Amino acid sequence: MDEFVLEVRDLSICFYSGRKEIPAVENLSFNISKGETLGIVGESGSGKTVTSLSIMQLIPNPPGKITGGEMIFGSLDLLKADDDIIRQIRGNNISMIFQEPMTSLNPVYTIGEQLSEVFSTHQKLSKKESMKRSLEMLKQVKIPLAEKRMKQYPHELSGGMRQRVMIAMALACMPEILIADEPTTALDVTIQSQILHLIREMKEKMNTAVILITHNMGVVAEMADNVMVMYCGRALEYADVRTLFKEPKHPYTIGLLNSIPRIKGGRRKLYAIKGSVPVPGEVTAGCRFNSRCEDVFEKCRIEEPPFFEVGASKVRCWKYEGKGVTV
Amino acid sequence: MEDIIKEDILEEVESCEPNFWQRLFSNKMAVFGAIVILILFIIAIFAPLIAPYSFDAIDLPQMLKGPNTENILGTDEFGRDIFSRIVYGSRISLKVGFIAVGISLVIGTILGALAGYYGGITDYIISGITDIAYSFPVSLLAIAFVAALGRSLTNLIFAVALVSWSGYARLVRGQFISLRNREFIEATKILGMSDVRIIFKHMLPNSMAPIIVLTTLEIPKAIIVESSLSFLGLGVPPPAPSWGSIMSSGRAYIMEAPWIAIFPGLMMALAVLGFNLFGDALRDTLDPRLKD
Repeated sequence: MDEFVLEVRDLSICFYSGRKEIPAVENLSFNISKGETLGIVGESGSGKTVTSLSIMQLIPNPPGKITGGEMIFGSLDLLKADDDIIRQIRGNNISMIFQEPMTSLNPVYTIGEQLSEVFSTHQKLSKKESMKRSLEMLKQVKIPLAEKRMKQYPHELSGGMRQRVMIAMALACMPEILIADEPTTALDVTIQSQILHLIREMKEKMNTAVILITHNMGVVAEMADNVMVMYCGRALEYADVRTLFKEPKHPYTIGLLNSIPRIKGGRRKLYAIKGSVPVPGEVTAGCRFNSRCEDVFEKCRIEEPPFFEVGASKVRCWKYEGKGVTV
Repeated sequence: MEDIIKEDILEEVESCEPNFWQRLFSNKMAVFGAIVILILFIIAIFAPLIAPYSFDAIDLPQMLKGPNTENILGTDEFGRDIFSRIVYGSRISLKVGFIAVGISLVIGTILGALAGYYGGITDYIISGITDIAYSFPVSLLAIAFVAALGRSLTNLIFAVALVSWSGYARLVRGQFISLRNREFIEATKILGMSDVRIIFKHMLPNSMAPIIVLTTLEIPKAIIVESSLSFLGLGVPPPAPSWGSIMSSGRAYIMEAPWIAIFPGLMMALAVLGFNLFGDALRDTLDPRLKD
């Protein structure tokens, strides 16, 4: 496809607890191109959020540390850039929205003051001009009575409205990349779909690349172009969204898709993947998923599989050895 | 349309809720404290108009007179009017109280902010210094400071500031540590704001309430420290009147002329009580857990 806005290669992140070294993300590589939406799916503790924070260079250090890899943004390696440059990029070129809109706004400032601060920080606009642009931005994210909201404090707004404000703040400087870390988890279902629509609409308007982090397969199906499935700090499968849902390859992906309740198809017991995510740091040999996999065989316990390219997917599973090209 | 009607109703509901000042002054103690502080300020500012005599007008024939029509609170051993001296003394008490607390507020807040925001080795060093300062007996440190550098108003102010900044540093550090990991602070980082801006524009305003409360409680403490130093002869040099020094001079005549020591003492007690009551009421009003 066309040029990538962000290329992540062999990213590894470790957390140190006492003398123990706990890998949170290992050898993760992915690309994202202009206007693309990349969904990152996985259970809690699979390293999704750590990955997104590492793009913003906001891994708390200590205890966290990026131990290896490259992260190419334009001509710049974000992992090697110094703080001043990173600060200019944050909010301006790469932005982020959180899952918790209720606590992501500063309670002592009005919406207008907070939103305009982004303009005055990054575009050095005057106060009046910033306020004007903020109001436009609020209107763009479809907040009713925008003039009035400008003067209100965060506690006076509902969750959905606050998430809209967060989106307005994140998109104020038309960033190249927007990271949405479970943007709808804290909202109720009707508001969820409105917010997702808004993100998609804004993305199309600004041609922003979106990294959508979620554990909700429905959200992925709705929003993403390509999907990366993560487990225990590893990518297990990459595919475009159609292929992933039509022909999931990795036993973990299949398991995830089977555990979605369906309206059609009669009543049956909801499928669940056995067991739970292993405790990070308990390094097991072989494939990360071998303790919970239903198709596990001898080789899975000994050696970690590489990626095999099968059809339109890339999958890290021994089942596909010989059926596709090793990547 | 419906939206607008709903908004109006909401607004009306909101306006029925008592605002901050209404809630504060529904507390009778706050009203009392505020009135005391206000009167104290008026006395200090208009001292020359209120005092019938100059604070150092010596009138030996009138020495050690009890309260009478000419000297309503009596006179001291030089025949100076006690009432006038107390009135002028309020200037020194307030000056020391406010300037010293102001200095310690600035120093303590900055150090506490650095410790709380950066954590790690910065926190370790600053907290260490703060704990050492905090563990000194208040008067002892001030006495040592003034004794070493000599008596003057400036030294007195610095002595008081020296003993009270550690309270601010501890308070602000604690506030910042709890704010540091809140999502809206994370969000300001993600929006690319500098540390200075995050500290002063986003974290400090969120710590304002306890800082204000601490200030209303630190001012009376500073007034007491000032008076004790003056009482020990380490305060403002004479003949400038300070409540503490008036009391000190009255100590020698406590049997024959008790008014010399009693009235400045009462005045000091009243001032301290006023600030403390106001501070307590302020804390109750600002503490969100005590709302409703």
